[in-house]
Amino acid sequence: MYTPEMRELIKKVEETRSQRIAKGDFPRMTAEEKTEVLEENHPDYIESGFVELKVGPNKGEKVPNELGELLQGKSRIEELKIDLNKVDYEADVLIIGGGGSGAAAALEAHKAGSKVIIATKLRFGDANTMMAEGGIQAADKPDDSPALHYLDVMGGGHYSNVPELAAALVKDAPVAIKWLDDLGVMFDKEKDGTMVTTHGGGTSRRRMHAAADYSGAEIMRVLRDEVQNKEIEVLEFSPAVELIMDTEGKVAGAVLFNIETEEYHVARAKTVIIATGGAGRLHYQGFPTSNHYGATADGLVLGYRVGAKLAFADTIQYHPTGVAYPAQIFGALVTEKVRSLGATPLNIHGEQFVYHLETRDVEASAIIRECNIKGKGIPTPNGGQGVWLDTPLIEILNGPGTIEKRVPAMMRMYQKFGIDMRKEPILIYPTLHYQNGGLLIDENGATSIENLYVAGEAAGGIHGRNRLMGNSLLDIIVFGRRAGKSAGNLSKKVELKDLTLNHVEEFHSMLAEADLVTNSVSPMLLPNYTNKGK
Amino acid sequence: MTDKKMVDVYILGKKYSVPNTLTIMESMEYAGYQLKRGCGCRSGFCGACATVYRVKGNKEMKVVLACQSKVEDNMYLTQIPFFPGDKGVYDLNNLEATADTIAKYYPEVYKCIGCNSCTKGCSQSLDVMQYIGYAQRGELEKCAHASFDCVSCGICATRCPAGITHYNVGLLARRLTGKYIAAQTAHLNERVEEIYEGVHDSALEELMGKTTDELKSLYNNRDITK
Ligand SMILES: Cc1cc2nc3c(=O)[nH]c(=O)nc-3n(C[C@H](O)[C@H](O)[C@H](O)COP(=O)(O)OP(=O)(O)OC[C@H]3O[C@@H](n4cnc5c(N)ncnc54)[C@H](O)[C@@H]3O)c2cc1C
Ligand code: FES
Repeated sequence: MYTPEMRELIKKVEETRSQRIAKGDFPRMTAEEKTEVLEENHPDYIESGFVELKVGPNKGEKVPNELGELLQGKSRIEELKIDLNKVDYEADVLIIGGGGSGAAAALEAHKAGSKVIIATKLRFGDANTMMAEGGIQAADKPDDSPALHYLDVMGGGHYSNVPELAAALVKDAPVAIKWLDDLGVMFDKEKDGTMVTTHGGGTSRRRMHAAADYSGAEIMRVLRDEVQNKEIEVLEFSPAVELIMDTEGKVAGAVLFNIETEEYHVARAKTVIIATGGAGRLHYQGFPTSNHYGATADGLVLGYRVGAKLAFADTIQYHPTGVAYPAQIFGALVTEKVRSLGATPLNIHGEQFVYHLETRDVEASAIIRECNIKGKGIPTPNGGQGVWLDTPLIEILNGPGTIEKRVPAMMRMYQKFGIDMRKEPILIYPTLHYQNGGLLIDENGATSIENLYVAGEAAGGIHGRNRLMGNSLLDIIVFGRRAGKSAGNLSKKVELKDLTLNHVEEFHSMLAEADLVTNSVSPMLLPNYTNKGK
Repeated sequence: MTDKKMVDVYILGKKYSVPNTLTIMESMEYAGYQLKRGCGCRSGFCGACATVYRVKGNKEMKVVLACQSKVEDNMYLTQIPFFPGDKGVYDLNNLEATADTIAKYYPEVYKCIGCNSCTKGCSQSLDVMQYIGYAQRGELEKCAHASFDCVSCGICATRCPAGITHYNVGLLARRLTGKYIAAQTAHLNERVEEIYEGVHDSALEELMGKTTDELKSLYNNRDITK
């Protein structure tokens, strides 16, 4: 339900509508204009948003301030005496994180004959994977090929991707879809079994597979069910707070934290897979996020403390259209389809200020400029601002009923809060969406630290500086499975020596030497949204 | 309904005054609770945040998703920790898509007394009793589609006098439908064969060997289907 002030402002949108339609498309930006708006406004270009790391394997490189604070923070177990001889859990493969990549890894490691334990922060499946709507890419149609997919991935990533990782991604893609299909994932298919596939941003072929607009949820709930069928042990509400090493410098398990009783437990494992997902809840540069509650980059912190290198940690994906109002769904995603159907962004005066189908980064930058620099945003009751997305235009341009038919879930989401997007515009603002980089892996998901693997959004290198839609659901399956299989096989050969946490002390001495005095304790585990926390 | 800017809510019996714009979840945070359970996606997808409430003066107990519902004046709130629901353990490869499979793993579906409590509680407005009916009769594809939007919040199961774990019944029906009822995908199977035979290896290797400039030129001139 809009406030009376907002209803007044909506009148301006209505007043200018017929003129805007008469004028036709708003001009697209030139290359110079794009560079200018990006450099001035895109969060990745705002220098004050980044800090140079003073310690660790990426010393001298930049990361977002909020991440830097955690990477160079103090361990949660600094003051604790943890008895490493008292082993609470023992596994061949310990998987940290119960999202899509963790579940996929677990199934393969189990298949390799390993004893697997999944330790996860919230419930099993409370993860970004559950929220993905759009779909998953794979080149399995006759007019498509892994090579074409590869070219799209590399172009999308500004040619910075690690070629071997991009090649593994596209080559395994059809195999990944087949694997999911055989597990009973209900992909959208024609009667004869042909996959219904569509384009996504940057794809040269229609290769986006979906399960209605519940693609991630459908994949996640099937994988979770399968892990349960295999009776793999899952420790919920048990985040890892530190990795454990052995005396030979190999990774050998993790310290787990019982989030309710606040006890610490020792999990010893021959191999460890970090599958902790993204970082949206760090709210880089004050942005809202589309991510789930536990997306606090914990895996990056765990890996960095044992010396694993980060790749592309300075590039973040902001989606131009997040919900700015109503507050109840602040930051949630407004799918790109709404703009492709013709809805245009407008400022407080009802004026369009950017072509509605610029690339995500440019569109987001223009919206930020309108609000923060030009001061033409619409203030929201929770102290933020946004711009209008003129959704009634969709029905005017394409005929009544279009919204209900093409974006029903979106329409229902707004209806729940008393807004009818067929008749009233909606308020949007960019939202922090995806961590393009992470801990650098090889084709098997291995890091340079022995016995340590990474999969999913916590991994870096696959997407280079930018990920295309539908390649993340793909990478969690491809690299989740590769990491699981590889860690499972390796675990048969591993013989661990005595356990130690010396690396934590060493890291603390490095911080002291670099004069980094901090009160930050990391990993963060959960954001604090209480009044006190704010 | 009231137009007050601040409303009173009672969390586990304690009274707090909170802005009327908040969701139930945010009202708990506003009141000072740092959520440890009962909070996941914050977008209505994961079903972690089932919450029971009653409004003062009204006897009816309601169950909703805390992240998707606004506070009301004089709301008495309690979060339900995730309800332990029964789950059959099976090997999907050795099942048949029939009513017998449902009966084997979830025999209690035949104890349904038709009270419709499950449907009334559903946070996704699904016709839960109907999809259990489909499962009973072995109409698995119908059950799969009718339960497709389920977020497994478990509210249905908390209310069922017959002890049915509806969301798991729906999940089994969907997996059976995906694996056995939906048609096989010929183009997918062919492509997977090709990959195993190494048909695409040389094309990929060639691309991997290109310089950035070569890749750029290929990329900029690639044809894009409509
Ligand atoms: C709203 C939204 C829409 C999206 N849409 C698409 C799409 O259409 N297509 C696409 O390809 N991609 C999409 N993505 C991206 C994609 O869904 C995610 O990047 C991907 O699912 C991440 O999977 P993951 O397994 O790496 O992490 P997650 O699924 O996030 O799982 C991480 C798990 O690790 C746990 N964890 C975190 N810290 C710890 C710790 N310290 N100890 C133990 N456990 C921990 C978390 O609780 C969680 O269970 C979308 C993302 C969002 C948020
Ligand atoms: S937190 Fe996921 S449904 Fe509410």
